[in-house]
Amino acid sequence: MAGDHARQRRQTAWWFLSPLLLVLLLVAGWPLVRTIWFSFTDASLMAMGEAHWVGFENYLSRFDGGWFGVLADPLWWQAVRNTLVFVVVSVTLETVLGLAIALVLQWRFPANPLLRAAVLVPWAIPTIVSAKMWGWLLHDQFGLVNDLLLRLGLVSVPLAWTADPALAMSAVIMADVWKTTPFMALLLLAALQMLPSDYMEAARLDGVNAMRRFWHITLPLIRPALVVAVTFRALDAMRIFDLIYVLTPNNPETASMSIYARQQLVDFQDVGVGSAASTLLFFTIALFTIGFLALAQRRDGGQWR
Amino acid sequence: MMPRRIALYLWVAVIALYALFPFYYAVVTSFKSGSALFQIDYLPHKLDWQNYLAVFREQPFGRNILNSVLVASAVVGLSLLLGLTAAYALARIQFRGRGLLLITILGVSMFPQVAVLSGLFELIRAFGLYNNLLGLIYSYMIFTLPFTVWVLTTFMRELSREMEEAAIMDGASAWTIVTMVFLPLMGPAMVSTGLLAFIASWNEFLFALTFTLTNEQRTVPVAIALISGASQHELPWGRIMAASVIVTVPVVGLVVLFQRRIVAGLTAGAIKG
Repeated sequence: MAGDHARQRRQTAWWFLSPLLLVLLLVAGWPLVRTIWFSFTDASLMAMGEAHWVGFENYLSRFDGGWFGVLADPLWWQAVRNTLVFVVVSVTLETVLGLAIALVLQWRFPANPLLRAAVLVPWAIPTIVSAKMWGWLLHDQFGLVNDLLLRLGLVSVPLAWTADPALAMSAVIMADVWKTTPFMALLLLAALQMLPSDYMEAARLDGVNAMRRFWHITLPLIRPALVVAVTFRALDAMRIFDLIYVLTPNNPETASMSIYARQQLVDFQDVGVGSAASTLLFFTIALFTIGFLALAQRRDGGQWR
Repeated sequence: MMPRRIALYLWVAVIALYALFPFYYAVVTSFKSGSALFQIDYLPHKLDWQNYLAVFREQPFGRNILNSVLVASAVVGLSLLLGLTAAYALARIQFRGRGLLLITILGVSMFPQVAVLSGLFELIRAFGLYNNLLGLIYSYMIFTLPFTVWVLTTFMRELSREMEEAAIMDGASAWTIVTMVFLPLMGPAMVSTGLLAFIASWNEFLFALTFTLTNEQRTVPVAIALISGASQHELPWGRIMAASVIVTVPVVGLVVLFQRRIVAGLTAGAIKG
């Protein structure tokens, strides 16, 4: 009787899951398989049906003494470097700023809910809108940032933030940090609020100063949450597309791996090469994800429930 | 104690200014036209509505807004329906492969959108959904479904067993249990995930850019990104800012109204997972 019941429930579970699994298969599983397959063909965007198998040619091949394919393209490696710089710098800044904001938000004061809502605004603004807003703030002739810097005497001539190869990446990072720090701050605030308050109370009574309390009590206690938040953000940042596409269009100095892949795929109509780049990005992110999950599982000492 | 308080309030002011100033400046810019645009003003002078009229006159922006509303609403409805039933199975029923399934769903949420771009493009054309809102609704499932399922599962795990067991004793079917027992209790969680799904779809750009072709089928982010002037170097900044303000105000409204629910959804997805 009990066994029957359990079996029936297991059956129900699969019935309830089947629509979800079907949709995920159609929208994620199958397209991914096709992308990987296309990366081994010479498909073009207008004739995807007439794809011929070309082996690893889109990745790397040798013709007439020269190397071809994504892996031989300096622009691809530039995109890899850009993506890495972007991920490391922006996620670091977002973590530090996010933690600082979380510590302020933790303090109970009358306007706290208002500040919390204010902090959520950048997160909710569409990325395209924030890219345009920052494009305008950083405009070389009429931008407010240049005006401010000139007034303060920090620069003597206006800077071409989005066009100058040396500055374009910092413009992208500035806009991303503004938009994404709130997300970090809220995750870290949630972690801070789950801490038992008695440790802090005891330390305070013992006369330990705020700085030491933060380094020796708060930080170690929220470390697990911090690691999760940083990892999620980093994995998310690796696929950056919209902000760069709109803020600094057609600029090899800021083009990310996603930008490179879409450019090959849509602008150059080369589905083979574009899919090869997409596949490389996919496996890079997958590798990081699996590595993180393995570490997390070892730390938890076992089972995913 | 006093200087410490003042310092903290100073920080509060700095944070609020940093978070709000870019949007404030967009609003100020949106009310300026002609040569006024090229004068840098920190405070608004007068309200000139020209840009707001031009946004709707120069392109089918009303249609773009309607498209965005339709797509985002359909995505929310579908994700919640599929997410709720799946979450029931994942949160309340013991079966083999459940852990693996959860990890797979979490993995899908890490997919770079560009990794499925060529495969999705082929499929969308095969279904005849290219340049069609249905194609967008379908493709958006890739990023709304994983976190909807994940967050709803987290919430549903925390509900007590008693009501469910009582319903089982009464011979209620699984569907009845989900709709009559859990759905009423899941209200807040559904609001949280629904809002997150709505904002994510409202803001999506890559698929909308790639899978639509004509102005009439575009959603607002693509419409804004493609606003151009007489030449590439003469962007109509006033109009761009007006359009930006129009699409941002509803999202900011949602955030201010439902701040608690949004934060609950965000943190349930990341921390408790």
